[in-house]
Amino acid sequence: MRVIAESLAAYRGERMIFRHVSFELAAGQAMILHGPNGSGKTTLLRVIAGLLGLMSGRLRMLGENDQPLTDETRDRAFHFVSHVGIVRSQMRVRETLEFHAALLGAPKNAVGKALDDWALCPLADHSGGMLSAGQRHRLALARLSLQKRDLWLLDEPLVALDVASKMRLNAAAEEHLEGGGIIIAASHEPFLGDPRSIHLGPRA
Amino acid sequence: MMTFRALLWHDVLLGLRSSGGAALSAAFFALIVILTPLGLGPESAALRSVAPGLFWIAALLATLLGLERVIQPDVEDGTLDLLRLSPLPMELVALAKIGAHWITSGLIISLLAPILAPMLSLSTSAIPMLALSLLIGTIGLSAIGTAAAALGASVQRGGIVLAILVLPLNIPFLIFGASAVAGAQAGTATGQPLMFLTACSLLALVVGPIAAAAALRLNED
Repeated sequence: MRVIAESLAAYRGERMIFRHVSFELAAGQAMILHGPNGSGKTTLLRVIAGLLGLMSGRLRMLGENDQPLTDETRDRAFHFVSHVGIVRSQMRVRETLEFHAALLGAPKNAVGKALDDWALCPLADHSGGMLSAGQRHRLALARLSLQKRDLWLLDEPLVALDVASKMRLNAAAEEHLEGGGIIIAASHEPFLGDPRSIHLGPRA
Repeated sequence: MMTFRALLWHDVLLGLRSSGGAALSAAFFALIVILTPLGLGPESAALRSVAPGLFWIAALLATLLGLERVIQPDVEDGTLDLLRLSPLPMELVALAKIGAHWITSGLIISLLAPILAPMLSLSTSAIPMLALSLLIGTIGLSAIGTAAAALGASVQRGGIVLAILVLPLNIPFLIFGASAVAGAQAGTATGQPLMFLTACSLLALVVGPIAAAAALRLNED
């Protein structure tokens, strides 16, 4: 698949968040969004996900043979993982993943693999309230393993992760790219050996 | 369909397990009923005459309690984003939310009410009608409440706004529900108020999900 953005701009109310953002990503490519807090990294990810409207510019996602994706296939073409997390203190880890498997339309047995991939098996029956910040974030990342999707939109994927989990995420991301996937990530930390990047907000 | 069931189950579990959920609304309902004889005195004739209205007032207030946790947490932690990206239409998301709220408030209250009926000396002949009217009516209360919760989700401290928004719309349920139970107790006809109550509930069940879905889409920014 390919993602092509031409001169994107987004506003929150009257305030301009960013404009003139253009990029093109083909299968196997990754892009990191840089910029200070509040520069619009999350906003850009939400725009790409279709959760926020565009003020101007054009965003296209092309599937097989460069056919543009329909609204329906578009929502099934990407994962959106936010650092805000999806963890409810009353729900157990396994229950949370089962719920999200259903939201994604993934089979139930995908949950076991996701628990395995992110070393969450020992925590499967813990309730969300007992998890540390890093564990909560790992649970959010485990959504990525529930179903194969071409585009990963990651908002601060490295936040609060320990060394082992960072290596796990890096390995998963590299495997995803090798398999022809695309990654767009907002990150303050170096990620994926820093491929191409876009800088949002005022230049330092 | 699988997604709908998963969302319903998820929200029912949340409602049963969270401190402000099913337990609070059931306890609140029971407390109003239990405290009334202590406040009004144990004279059964007086209690009997206020019982139908009092049960319905308690139900109305108890179902209001859980509304803040129906949609607000989803907005805060980003679950709403993921719901919007899921294949489930927003109307069905809203319907699942209504269902989960009803199961964790209205349904429990309806089952609790017959047990509490002797506290207010409600005549036994009116007990089936009490349970039936609550079962039917609370569905509508959940539908209206969920739509209002969706509207209020973007407002900070939306609780009081919610109550003000919802209560006027709930008044028909109170009037028809209480008069159906009073009718059953007096031995007069109950068909008419019960029919109106059912009509109100059905209307709310149709309009509620559509209104809630529209409000959730408005939440985009």
